[in-house]
Amino acid sequence: MLAKRLESLASLLLPWLAGPAMVLALYLIFLVVPTERDQGIVQRIFYVHVPSAWTAFLGFFVVCGASLLYLWRGSPVFDRVARASAEVGMVFCTLVLLTGPIWARPIWGAWWTWDPRLTMTIILWTIYASYLLLRAFGGGEDQISRYAAVLGIVGAIDIPLIVVSVRLWRGMHPAVMMSRDPQGGLRDPFMRVTLLVAAVAFLLVYAWLLLVRLRTLRVSDGVAELARERELAAS
Amino acid sequence: MSGVWQIVRKDLRIELRSPAGLAAIFVLGLLVLLIFQFAVPEKPTPESAAAALWISFVFAGTLGAQRTFLLERDNFCIDGLKTAPIDPAAIFLAKMLGTLISLTILQAVVVPLTAVFFGIVPVRPLGLALVCLLGNLGFAALATLFASISVGTRAREVILPLLIFPVLVPLLIAAVKASTVLLGGAGEAGIWVRVLVAFDVVFTVAGWLLFEHVLRE
Repeated sequence: MLAKRLESLASLLLPWLAGPAMVLALYLIFLVVPTERDQGIVQRIFYVHVPSAWTAFLGFFVVCGASLLYLWRGSPVFDRVARASAEVGMVFCTLVLLTGPIWARPIWGAWWTWDPRLTMTIILWTIYASYLLLRAFGGGEDQISRYAAVLGIVGAIDIPLIVVSVRLWRGMHPAVMMSRDPQGGLRDPFMRVTLLVAAVAFLLVYAWLLLVRLRTLRVSDGVAELARERELAAS
Repeated sequence: MSGVWQIVRKDLRIELRSPAGLAAIFVLGLLVLLIFQFAVPEKPTPESAAAALWISFVFAGTLGAQRTFLLERDNFCIDGLKTAPIDPAAIFLAKMLGTLISLTILQAVVVPLTAVFFGIVPVRPLGLALVCLLGNLGFAALATLFASISVGTRAREVILPLLIFPVLVPLLIAAVKASTVLLGGAGEAGIWVRVLVAFDVVFTVAGWLLFEHVLRE
């Protein structure tokens, strides 16, 4: 009962929090924050790029946690959380991979480089793409949920190995571009405030999308259940 | 443990009685090597030889891993295996071992062939054999877990490579880099061998623990 009440409260509040937070973030990004001295106007995409990356990683972390809970407890709620979070995390991960090159082209002079962070992000993207494809192809109802949970866990435990191997891989070819340090340049307090506000706004959007997706998944699970019952009654 | 050996023996016996399946893996491995030769017309280097070696292994291996569970799917053999008084973890180990054995046989043919095709003499053949075995072990662990998943889905053949390849990236980087060094390229192989060992341990344990959830009805 409590969970239900919390959910209706969240679905009432989240749009009203996420919307204004996003407007405030955009206001800060485009009108308030000072232009970065060396990189110029294009640096402002940083306030979209970095919060997206954080949110994407959070989304994939939630997939792993919910998958573990699903295998342990077997409650369909955890399965739906994992699925919804993978979908929403994928949106933010795609955003990271789109905003990155827009920034990299004028600053690095190339749309793409095999910098460790970029490489890791695109590998993560493919892991979760295969997660969503596995769910899309489908199979037995509970079966596919368990399969997806196994993949959600395997994908997450692969992350440390990816980080290590990708670092070593590029470590052998030190490129000039690798020495960037985006955290080092935030001297203006507005830069830090903008990043924080943007991060909170993205987090709220993530939570809201997650909730919306959870509700549609619950409804579609309910419909599938009804269809099964009707089939049983007919036969 | 006896259950593990019994399943391995059963699988190997099935493979040897209808060797077309094993033959298909060999021919695919060979074909990928050939295609690689045509696609990379330049002077062969340890780098390109290592790349060809592992690309051929991964493609042929994916086909091979698929087979261990496709065998069980015919005539509902998998249900017999599930009802047998054997721990699911033991079934995983047996299937992994079976895949490991067939892929070791594959490597025993494909690795020397790669050296011949590329005209490269490995500087440290024993080291190369060790790297091949370590790469094979990690691949077998991951591919066995994912093959058991893929046979339960509607799009079996399509989904298996999609599942394996992204997660396999760390192993592939480490195996290619280590093999390059052992085939005569520049660099240090030790660090990559450590990555391979880490991958093998992590995914053998993960498969061993998670397999039960894949098999459960």
